[in-house]
Amino acid sequence: MSKNYQNPHTLRAAVKHGDLGTRLSLILCGAGNMLHGQIVKGLLFLAVELGYLWFMVIAGFSCIKMLPSLGWLTQQEVWNDAKGIYEYVQGHNSVLILLYGVVTICVSVLFVLFWRGCVISSYRAQLRLKEGKHVNTFVEDVKDLFHGNLQKLLMTVPLVGIFAFTVLPLIFMITMAFTNYSKIDDHLVLFDWVGLENFKKVLSFSDTIGQTFWSVLGWTICWAIFATVLNYILGMILAIVINRKGTRCKAFWRFCFMLSVAIPQFVSLLIIRTMFNQDGIVNLMLKEAGLISESLPFFSNATWARVMVIVINLWVGIPYTMIQATGILQNIPQELYESAKVDGAGPVVTFFKITLPYMMFVMTPYLITQFTGNVNNFNVIFLLSGGNPTPVGSTAGKTDLLVTWLYKLTVDQQYFNLGAVIGILTFIVLAIVALVTYRNTTSYKDEEGFQ
Amino acid sequence: MKKENSGSAKAKRFISNSIVHVVLAVLALVWLFPIFWVVLTSFKTDKGPYSTQFWPSEFTLDNYVRLFTDKTVLDFPQMFKNTLFIAVCCCLISTFMVLCVSYCMSRLRFKMRKSFMNMAMILTLFPGFMSMIAIYYILKAIGLSEGSMIRVALIMVYSGGAGLGFYVAKGFFDTIPKALDEAALLDGATKWQIFTKITMPLSKPIIVYTVLTSFMSPWTDFIFAKVICRANAEYYTVSVGLWKMLEKEYITKWFTSFAAGAVCISIPISILFLVTQKFYADGMSGAVKG
Repeated sequence: MSKNYQNPHTLRAAVKHGDLGTRLSLILCGAGNMLHGQIVKGLLFLAVELGYLWFMVIAGFSCIKMLPSLGWLTQQEVWNDAKGIYEYVQGHNSVLILLYGVVTICVSVLFVLFWRGCVISSYRAQLRLKEGKHVNTFVEDVKDLFHGNLQKLLMTVPLVGIFAFTVLPLIFMITMAFTNYSKIDDHLVLFDWVGLENFKKVLSFSDTIGQTFWSVLGWTICWAIFATVLNYILGMILAIVINRKGTRCKAFWRFCFMLSVAIPQFVSLLIIRTMFNQDGIVNLMLKEAGLISESLPFFSNATWARVMVIVINLWVGIPYTMIQATGILQNIPQELYESAKVDGAGPVVTFFKITLPYMMFVMTPYLITQFTGNVNNFNVIFLLSGGNPTPVGSTAGKTDLLVTWLYKLTVDQQYFNLGAVIGILTFIVLAIVALVTYRNTTSYKDEEGFQ
Repeated sequence: MKKENSGSAKAKRFISNSIVHVVLAVLALVWLFPIFWVVLTSFKTDKGPYSTQFWPSEFTLDNYVRLFTDKTVLDFPQMFKNTLFIAVCCCLISTFMVLCVSYCMSRLRFKMRKSFMNMAMILTLFPGFMSMIAIYYILKAIGLSEGSMIRVALIMVYSGGAGLGFYVAKGFFDTIPKALDEAALLDGATKWQIFTKITMPLSKPIIVYTVLTSFMSPWTDFIFAKVICRANAEYYTVSVGLWKMLEKEYITKWFTSFAAGAVCISIPISILFLVTQKFYADGMSGAVKG
């Protein structure tokens, strides 16, 4: 079973050295298996192929045929003489045409993979027969699902779920980036392929959408860096302070801070938003204390709002870092500290020479996930400021991140194509950060190290 | 001379300890202030959000009573039932998927394994709701966007991609010594038997952790719920309902009820969270000790 030697069961070898049965299964899936004695398996393969062909004849071909044009027929009124009324003739719906087309293509790709599997399976049986070895019967194949091929049994359902609810929607959305599916010029029902037009529009400095994009991108990166670094440093300091020898009731302090993490974010953030409202409790209390005469513009002034979301994000994020850092702090070997003490190092020196390097070493992957998490941090922005304040006529507010802007563009403003472009660009930014860093972490390189 | 020195060191330590405790107390107050405020608000008699007093003049349970009895505008009990149903189904399906995938990733070696893990990493980098509209159209195309099918749709959306969240459980399975599997293999056990009879019983902390985290997600998500339910108020989940209560047309009458609802939801969720933290820590310290 070892896979160290060159795998002889490839499609090319099957075509080159296959017998009649194996070559027959290039056209009729399962034919080879049947000729080699695996009747039930062969019949199942054949059934899948017939099912696919049936699907293609019934629906598939017409879906693919419509894909290049995405439909052209608008809804029309036709005069019905017999009834004496106008009847509506349904026009084409480009979204559905695109969706069905994408699904058909995905199904076809899966079928090609399946077809390849069939040919190889037949070739494998052929080789085993030639070598005089036993060819598995259907019952044995089923039994093997619980042992040698357990991954096929366990992974099928999750893979179908992932495919249907993650991969397929993603492909569908990505294809939208190349169309003019938006409310501009009324392309919500019928739209066409436009190639890279949208990307040009978003990335150009002269277009209004382009200008918005660059300013949102700038703020997103600025936000992600501030949110990640401040949370990390302050959270670590908090963990160290609670963890230091002289501090009493460590569990109590930790509990106080953990409570804010335990509460669902949408509850706590909505509460905080109400507190900092124009007429919220904070403004009212400050007024009553005579500190201010007019309400502070917490979420209505761009600079205030930007500082506010970063500060409130500290409220959310510091306890998270604290929880993570506490576990790591307790794992730092005590001997390091003792020998530092013997050498006469003060607390500041120990922090910079021992604690910080150790924490940085262990928590780098955590920092990266935090950074990508902050770039995609929808909740904090959407629930607190909602991206506001929004300049008149702009599609994005001053605190909008790429993700909240994406949400606004698709759900509120129906610029589906631009939303898709922004999603793709966000992904590219994150992918670059993640690929460069993940691949350098030891946990990726040395996965088997612990086993 | 020596005595004096130790005395001043003691005083110094006392001062720094006191400063630390005072700072911690102030910080803890800042962190707990919103929580206090919402709990107090939930007992207020005045219905609006913008009152000048922090401490209510009168305490009442009316807000809680109203939340669970007033079904005319926002039917909170119905939302609660919806969410509970969705959460239970979702946690069963997701737990099954997560355990299957993470066991395969950790214990079995097959051709597509590494590429699946890379794919999972890439998929998590896409903004989650970039595909939200696409998911909505897919659900619409297979007829799950109307009527009671909305519940099925939400269950599928929450648990469909669960297989991608295998990292934590995989990390746990990695800590179970392979020698156990090998011994069982020698005794003639199949890998399926190893999965169900050896790995699962040893994995209680991580099973509980997976069950609880997937149970919590429908309670805390409101984005997908909002897009999929749209105006169908009878299928709202709790989080959409609470969000609605803060909209302009409701906030003046419903703010204290929102506070009551927030308290009702936050208490069980916080307890679950603290429990999962414990199980998470247990899980990370390894399955077989010694």
